[in-house]
Amino acid sequence: MQEIGIAELKKLTEVIKQKFGYDFKDYAMSSFKRRVLRILELKKLPDAEALAVQIEQNAFTKEDFLHEITVNVTELFRDPSFWRVMKTILPNLYLNQEKIRIWHAGCSSGEEVYSMLILLKEMDLMNKVEIIASDIDKAILEKAKEGKISMRNMELNEKNYIRYNQNGDLKKYFLYDKDHAYFDRDLLSKVSFREINLVEAKSFTKCDLILCRNVMIYFNQNLQNEVIKLFHEMLFTYGYLAIGSKESIIWSEYASKFLVVNNEEKVYKKFKE
Amino acid sequence: MRESDLSRPYKAVVIGGSAGSFSVLANIMSKIPKDFNLPIIICCHRLKHVRSGFIEALEIKSVKKVTEPDDKESIKKGKVYVAPANYHLGIELGNTFALSTEEMINNSRPAIDITFETAAYVYKEKMIGILLTGANKDGAHGMKAVKEYGGLTIVQEPSECTIDTMPKAALAATKIDYVMKAEEMVKFLNDLHKIQQA
Repeated sequence: MQEIGIAELKKLTEVIKQKFGYDFKDYAMSSFKRRVLRILELKKLPDAEALAVQIEQNAFTKEDFLHEITVNVTELFRDPSFWRVMKTILPNLYLNQEKIRIWHAGCSSGEEVYSMLILLKEMDLMNKVEIIASDIDKAILEKAKEGKISMRNMELNEKNYIRYNQNGDLKKYFLYDKDHAYFDRDLLSKVSFREINLVEAKSFTKCDLILCRNVMIYFNQNLQNEVIKLFHEMLFTYGYLAIGSKESIIWSEYASKFLVVNNEEKVYKKFKE
Repeated sequence: MRESDLSRPYKAVVIGGSAGSFSVLANIMSKIPKDFNLPIIICCHRLKHVRSGFIEALEIKSVKKVTEPDDKESIKKGKVYVAPANYHLGIELGNTFALSTEEMINNSRPAIDITFETAAYVYKEKMIGILLTGANKDGAHGMKAVKEYGGLTIVQEPSECTIDTMPKAALAATKIDYVMKAEEMVKFLNDLHKIQQA
């Protein structure tokens, strides 16, 4: 089994930073190593040093490299139980306002956003919401904007959706050809897609709900803390933060500024500035 | 068992399994000493949507409480952890868990290979890797890594397995230290405990 030493990894990270301007030093090491190993295998390179040389010699564009190194495995209605909880939480956000702002931070190929759009449509809230979806990877954002899902992924998506809403019909949100399902363009047009790198992002607006699910698992605790700080800053007081069901903010220094709304699905509410 | 294999200053026991392994696990967990001091990290193939039921069922027999760790949770002595559904479970330097939603490996998430490989890197020779019954070869690469880092490798006796594909794949991948029946594993862990207490 191929292994990458800490020094090698550090050197590679420095080269990536110099060449592309992306700083991976605070990414979780074990998963980052696996992503690098994956690229080595894909490009048939012997070691991390060879990859560093390739990067320096312009074998990769910034976008291509990013696309390979980031994890983009996602599903519609991943964790159906989370979406059922989301359905009960959303009405609370309208207690004092007519319109809410939702940010999907790290939206990947868009499935989480489409799930939210479906949920909002079914709750008749589409006119009362503003949605921002962002990712560090430009290529994956393009994919999210397209709304095109491979048919071989739709079986899983259907199964998830039925678990979320056994009386629903996922098909009505898609058009189909032989190989792909195309998400409702009307719904999709409500989303503002942006390229944002959470490592260096600064506050750019205030939100009522931020979703960042299974993104910070790829960050180390330092970086996760910084990102939670950003989310805290960007939430209205009494705004909600939803993370992956097996993530936690408990060891963040900002944990005390959030209430746990749902501990099974890791939904938090900011109650302190 | 070699005296040297019993008296190493181990830091963790990592167990992987698939089809048929639940009853083996329940059996082992019912017979280890209640104050067994090493963390036990279990990676079992499981249904992706079934979040509860697994640890509850295991706890019926287990002498110890079983939990599914969150990402970045610290690994504590004497605790028993099970990989959560639909996440890979890795071990990170600094003795914390690192979850991942990367692609399935051998059609599984959690993949046993990821748990064993990351644990081998962190614990090196202070690790005990145990591979149980299962229908695919997940864990074979992982056991190879455990062996390469000097850890102790044990597979379940194939003739006792519900499906012997998993231990056999590991036996083909590397020189496994011991082939044991479930009862022998129980004895080993109890003996290990006695030596560690001494």
